[in-house]
Amino acid sequence: MSPDVIQAILLTVVTAATPLLIAAMGELVVERSGVLNLGVEGMMIIGAVTGFGAAQITGSPWAGVLAAIICGALFSLPFAVLTLSLATNQVATGLSLTLLGLGVAGMIGEQFVGLPGVRLEAVNVPFLVDIPLIGRLLFGQDPIFYLSIGLAVGVWWFIFRTRAGLTLRAVGDSHGSAHALGINVLRVRYLAVMFGGACAGLAGAHLSLVYIPQWVENMTAGRGWIALALVVFASWLPLRVVIGAYLFGAVTIAQFHAQAQGVAIPSQLLSALPYLATIVVLVLISSNRRMTMRNTPASLGKPFVPDR
Amino acid sequence: MTRIELVRRPQHSALFSVLSPFIAVLITALIGGIMFAMLGKSPIGGLHAYFIEPLTEVWSIHELIIKATPLILIAVGLSVCFLSNNWNIGAEGQFIMGAIAGSVMPVLYPGITGPMVLPLMLVMGMAGGAAWATVPAFLKARFGTNEILSSLMLVYVAELFLDWLVRGPWRNPEGFNFPETRSFHADAILPEMLSASGRAHYGFVFAILAALIVWFMLSRTLKGYEIRVLGESPRAGRFAGFSAKRMVFFAFIVSGALAGLAGIIEVSGAIGQLRPAISPGYGFTAIIVAFLGRLNPLGIVAAGLILALSYLGGEAAQISLGVSDKVANVFQGVLLFSVLACDTLIRYRIRIVRPQPAAAPEPAR
Repeated sequence: MSPDVIQAILLTVVTAATPLLIAAMGELVVERSGVLNLGVEGMMIIGAVTGFGAAQITGSPWAGVLAAIICGALFSLPFAVLTLSLATNQVATGLSLTLLGLGVAGMIGEQFVGLPGVRLEAVNVPFLVDIPLIGRLLFGQDPIFYLSIGLAVGVWWFIFRTRAGLTLRAVGDSHGSAHALGINVLRVRYLAVMFGGACAGLAGAHLSLVYIPQWVENMTAGRGWIALALVVFASWLPLRVVIGAYLFGAVTIAQFHAQAQGVAIPSQLLSALPYLATIVVLVLISSNRRMTMRNTPASLGKPFVPDR
Repeated sequence: MTRIELVRRPQHSALFSVLSPFIAVLITALIGGIMFAMLGKSPIGGLHAYFIEPLTEVWSIHELIIKATPLILIAVGLSVCFLSNNWNIGAEGQFIMGAIAGSVMPVLYPGITGPMVLPLMLVMGMAGGAAWATVPAFLKARFGTNEILSSLMLVYVAELFLDWLVRGPWRNPEGFNFPETRSFHADAILPEMLSASGRAHYGFVFAILAALIVWFMLSRTLKGYEIRVLGESPRAGRFAGFSAKRMVFFAFIVSGALAGLAGIIEVSGAIGQLRPAISPGYGFTAIIVAFLGRLNPLGIVAAGLILALSYLGGEAAQISLGVSDKVANVFQGVLLFSVLACDTLIRYRIRIVRPQPAAAPEPAR
């Protein structure tokens, strides 16, 4: 294979991985605060449809990106109010956020079906982009890719190197103790959930402005759920989320390359690969209990009602 | 700032246990009305089209029963799962695998006819759904794998498997290349109950029977007690000698079998062949049904009829008002949110705390 072909393949892998990386990074922060939000798929599709719509109306893909981030964060609010202020079951509430998101996005998106999209163009650093093998990979990608790398580093730095990150971890590991120390547990969790929503929204915008610049109903196709699995796979560590996202990107892309090579396997089996891979990975991770238990936020999924 | 505070009730409120689903439906209707107003339609007209119009004609009541059948069957099974704290959200996949397994006879052996074909199909459908549900159950019991994610991933796999079958090996040889299997022969079709007035088939009877049986099991047998204890306090269950691992299998197999039964009933009663898409998301809507019915099989029957109404209302409103039938999905999502919010009233008193005037110094005691 020539360097150009290798680079082209790597580029597709990275593009497929970016929305997973962003959504999983947001969910990681949410879960580190002790909240399990199964609504990632719903917030992501809201980001995809609002991002597409805002870009259509304004003609600017950046307006789409901004709209997706804001709408993703806003859309996480009903989940936050229910699970945090009303102490509802997080699993059921997260599910309903996903169902609601798919419904609302389907309704909003009906007017966008079949419209040509607005593409968020790649950044091309002159000269550097022409370096063989790595030029386009490092200096010629879409802006959201660079945002995703910044996000990964930022989340790692925030969680392990700042006082606020320590507070976040304290709330996730023992909300009772954090409350006793005078930390406003619910406020930390509200902020974390909205950050997760903003990330999921941005991931959705990547789908409808970069990956497939158009609106297709249910275009997230389970990516929100795979992002949730990635957080478990990464045992709540940001750098492992990055590795996991690129591995899953590679699995997703493998099907297209296999089809292009004319491999005699039914296309549906290849399309099922990312989902099957998710299950396999979850099994491998969960069977290694010591590794999972070490980083699992101890209060994950448990409602917190402060005593007064 | 005004904020919400929860005050734990000493006991669950019996009043709100009964009222909360009704309040939830009211809130949903209210939000629905606002939504219609925002779409530029009359709120009353919109709600009328959704929830009243489908009930005014006999044929459409038949359709209501057809749509309620899979919702009730699946949700009854899910109630066993959710009560025992097993989060099976892959019922959609179990529905599809049940439909596939149940269709083996009429698709691959169309020459075999007779009165035994239909019962065999139903049993195979249940087995197919149960087998598919055993996968996440096994992974959870053996490796501690998160069942939410594994059961959901299997939905996509089941959908792709069905797609492959109807486009590939199971495609009707006389079907002009349409992606569908041959039509089921007469002995493989679930008969209609009152064929003079509409299409409703005997599947509804199965749904009611399933609800009654599971209701009896949950409320009148030791197994039902075991399900509740393990769901609410696994530790207490262990001391009582109940096995959480066996409960995982039990809950998943019961709900998988019922979802599979729903699948083959839908295919044999309402569709008459396999196609790439056989469900408008029944497996997910059934989650809403289960919660709206407060995880009680008898409540689930009522809840199933209400959610079925939202599907029909969606179609009716599209025709009479020109609003998208997607509005139905929004309604369903809002309804589940309202149900969960209202359930809080059962366990907590809600107190709105207003901003207090500047704190006066405490009087000395």
